Amino acid sequence: MNGQPNMLSQEARARIDREVAKYPTDQKQSAVMAALRIAQEEQGWLSNAAIESVASHLDMPAIAAFEVASFYNMYDLRPIGKYKLTVCTNLPCALSGGVHAAEYLKRKLGIDLNETTPDGKFTLKEGECMGACGDAPVMLVNNVQMRCFMTPDEIDKLLAECK
Amino acid sequence: MLELEIDGKALQVKEGSTVIDAAHQAGIYIPHFCYHKKLSIAANCRMCLVQVEKAPKPLPACATPVTNGMKVFTHSDLAIKAQKGVMEFLLINHPLDCPICDQGGECQLQDLAVGYGSSSSRYQEEKRVVVNKNLGPLISTDMTRCINCTRCVRFTQEIAGEMELGQAFRGDRAEIMPFIEKTVDSELSGNIIDLCPVGALTAKPFRFAARTWELARRKSISPHDGLGGNLVVQVKHDKVLRVLPLENEHLNECWLSDKDRFSYEGLNSPDRLTKPLIKQGGAWKEVEWNQALDYVAHAMRDIVKEHGPDAVGAIVSPHGTLEEMYLAGKLMRGLGSDNIDCRLRQSDFSGRRAGTPWLGMKIAEINKLDRVLVVCSFLRKDHPLIAQRLRQAVKRGAQVSVIHAADEDLLMKLAGKIIAAPSQLPDRLAQITKAVAELKGATCDLSVAVGAEARKIAESLVSGQNAAILLGNLAQQHARASTLNALTQQLAGYLGGRFGFLGEAANSVGGYVAKAVPAGDGLDASRMLTEPRKAYLVIGAEPELDCADGVRATNALTRADSVIVLSPFKSAAALAYADAILPVAPFAETSGSFVNTEGRVQSFQAVNRPLGETRPGWKVLRVLGNLLKLDGFDFASSEAVRDEALGGGAGKPEFAGDLDNIIADVAIDLSPGGGIERVADVPIYFADALVRRAPSLQKTKDAVTPAARMNAATLAKFGVKAGEQLKVSGGGTPATLVAALDVGLPDDCLRLAAGHATTAAVGAMSGAMTVEKA
Ligand code: SF4
Ligand code: FES
Ligand code: FES
Repeated sequence: MNGQPNMLSQEARARIDREVAKYPTDQKQSAVMAALRIAQEEQGWLSNAAIESVASHLDMPAIAAFEVASFYNMYDLRPIGKYKLTVCTNLPCALSGGVHAAEYLKRKLGIDLNETTPDGKFTLKEGECMGACGDAPVMLVNNVQMRCFMTPDEIDKLLAECK
Repeated sequence: MLELEIDGKALQVKEGSTVIDAAHQAGIYIPHFCYHKKLSIAANCRMCLVQVEKAPKPLPACATPVTNGMKVFTHSDLAIKAQKGVMEFLLINHPLDCPICDQGGECQLQDLAVGYGSSSSRYQEEKRVVVNKNLGPLISTDMTRCINCTRCVRFTQEIAGEMELGQAFRGDRAEIMPFIEKTVDSELSGNIIDLCPVGALTAKPFRFAARTWELARRKSISPHDGLGGNLVVQVKHDKVLRVLPLENEHLNECWLSDKDRFSYEGLNSPDRLTKPLIKQGGAWKEVEWNQALDYVAHAMRDIVKEHGPDAVGAIVSPHGTLEEMYLAGKLMRGLGSDNIDCRLRQSDFSGRRAGTPWLGMKIAEINKLDRVLVVCSFLRKDHPLIAQRLRQAVKRGAQVSVIHAADEDLLMKLAGKIIAAPSQLPDRLAQITKAVAELKGATCDLSVAVGAEARKIAESLVSGQNAAILLGNLAQQHARASTLNALTQQLAGYLGGRFGFLGEAANSVGGYVAKAVPAGDGLDASRMLTEPRKAYLVIGAEPELDCADGVRATNALTRADSVIVLSPFKSAAALAYADAILPVAPFAETSGSFVNTEGRVQSFQAVNRPLGETRPGWKVLRVLGNLLKLDGFDFASSEAVRDEALGGGAGKPEFAGDLDNIIADVAIDLSPGGGIERVADVPIYFADALVRRAPSLQKTKDAVTPAARMNAATLAKFGVKAGEQLKVSGGGTPATLVAALDVGLPDDCLRLAAGHATTAAVGAMSGAMTVEKA
């Protein structure tokens, strides 16, 4: 697209192609969510150029890929720190300390939601229900690691683990 | 058929209808925003909630299919309560800035808020603000007003064919935007202004110019492409301020191309003439009409007396009215000359035509074609709404193939595609013809070797029931246009399909009907310039930009003893070669008729008083005819001229007669060319004198200064890189242009747009070019 070179590595593109293969050949864009995830894993975050690369690889309009990337909050449209902590603040969690957990983290890290510590280590985000309301407060580390019952003690432990 | 009852009214509707369709059929209005009959169903505004018997909650009428025996209530307490609730929600984040909003007075939200909103808001909290987007020179945005109906998004996706807008983010943060820093560049973009039910998208050129109720609305017909789009021209204080579509399902449906919508700005151009001009002793002088007409009559009479009638030629714009064309022809023939032509960009006039070349079918029938071959057409830019019809046909399963000199993205799926240098196109078309003949078991005398792609296209064509071949502008302007015509005719014969021409201009068909082409052995547009005349009558055209060879045109006109120009505009070129320039009315200021590409005769009235002392062209020609003492020039009205032009009977027939694409006596020439060949498109906003003067359109990406485009191999051949300067010439003065890479071109081709001042002096629109590094 636009004659700009695709910024994704060979390897990322091969991984995307494996996802594409799961869908009918004329519906490549069905793989957009997986493709954006792969691009984010490789690049750390989804720049406009990365989104455009994904779109052109899937023969879909860039804006359509951007719609998806901006809809889901596990896609990062701005650079993030080494550890991204996403705290669930939806209602069931909020009733069981989710908001307090977020407040505690803000104080500990000295940053607000959607901000990154100056040393580039932590980014704090607010998330939507993670399907584990019974274990509230819950949070997600770098989109993949789920942590439950996050009392201040547990949070301190988590922060200490993040080197 | 399904039976249902809406508000107690029983009716029958087609299987698959939605409740809103049914309500419209019954003449019952259901409030709505996101629903639009030409777009897919989104059901996201919820304004159309109605009560349906046995349904536990209100249902959206636009997305609820009718079932047998359904009972719908659009005005029950439940329905009204739901509609009011939705309206309250929609207004929560709406700025309610109607006094400073251009949409005021024609806003669906405003209208429905009057009907369903309450007089004050219960919402006390902060409202959201959405940053405006830069969508280009035609559309202005106030995105805080957007109600996220996604009509604009669906339009770009479904009708324009390229998703240039999307709805990013989520929930209360959702906003409509193009991909970062892109503008909306579609040639159909202006339609989203009409579609937007609120004031989020408004027309930039019209911004703050007037309130809708101050405008007079008058019907007219577009003077640009062969579609003949129906217009509502809006006028205030004798100035055209806006153009909107007049819905006509046969032609433009509810759309307009941006050219038809925004070219009106050219009507208010500073180039407009207000008084007749005569050159006296080398200086231009404004004179009164009687003096100007006397001068012109004398000049013409003198030339005819001295050099014979054959020394006079008439060059007529195919964008002029039928009436002007007819009177110009009558005038010329009255003087004894048959030298008149309006096919200005064509160069091959060989062969014998049976009648008036036309589309070969109704425009609306294009939607029903199942196999189409488009021959040599810059389809999207030359015929934006016909391209749109083909796009819809493809979505329904039609297979479209193209054969062309440039690989352009038509924003539709193609079944086959042959891209070759212009000189090789006859051969390629012959290959397809031969392949079809073979598949059909017919004998075919063409001796060509059929290539794989030609076979693929042929296989696609024979596999359908309703095939057609459409010859585009480049096919008509091609140096071997008659060969392409004859081959197409042969191909259509084998296929049992139809074929026709996509009319270049609003009155390309009308030109034949009005006999603004040689009737006997008069000179055609090309010979009138290669065999220069002593005097020319130039009507509405700017030959330096509108002719197949602008250089030759300029030379011929400069050398002539007398050049009489009838035009709404002055131009530096005309001031140099003409000796009289008479201000005649553009389409908005005269009555007249256009015969569109399907042969439909559409007459219109002036929407506006002529500017200054401008006069309708037909009246000027009538007076000239009388001054020259020619017979049959006492018409009382333009309608009388039209009736005579259409062959007698009073009253306007719906379609012109004698439409026939058959051509005979063509020497089929399949020989390949050589050297560097020019591929000349006429960019959409350079195509005629009016649109060239429309400032907003001139700021779009489609109106950038033409570059010298070549593919990578050809660029390498001359050792230039994209962005470097290049000297090109095609018989005229070499021009220095910027080289650009165009991967869609065949080898040894130079794509250089016509119709633009920077390329006008280069030479002919087709043929060999010399290229060197500057
Ligand atoms: S800009 Fe207008 S048309 Fe587009 S979504 Fe918003 S309200 Fe609808
Ligand atoms: S609400 Fe937090 S996990 Fe469900
Ligand atoms: S018109 Fe039915 S939901 Fe918008």
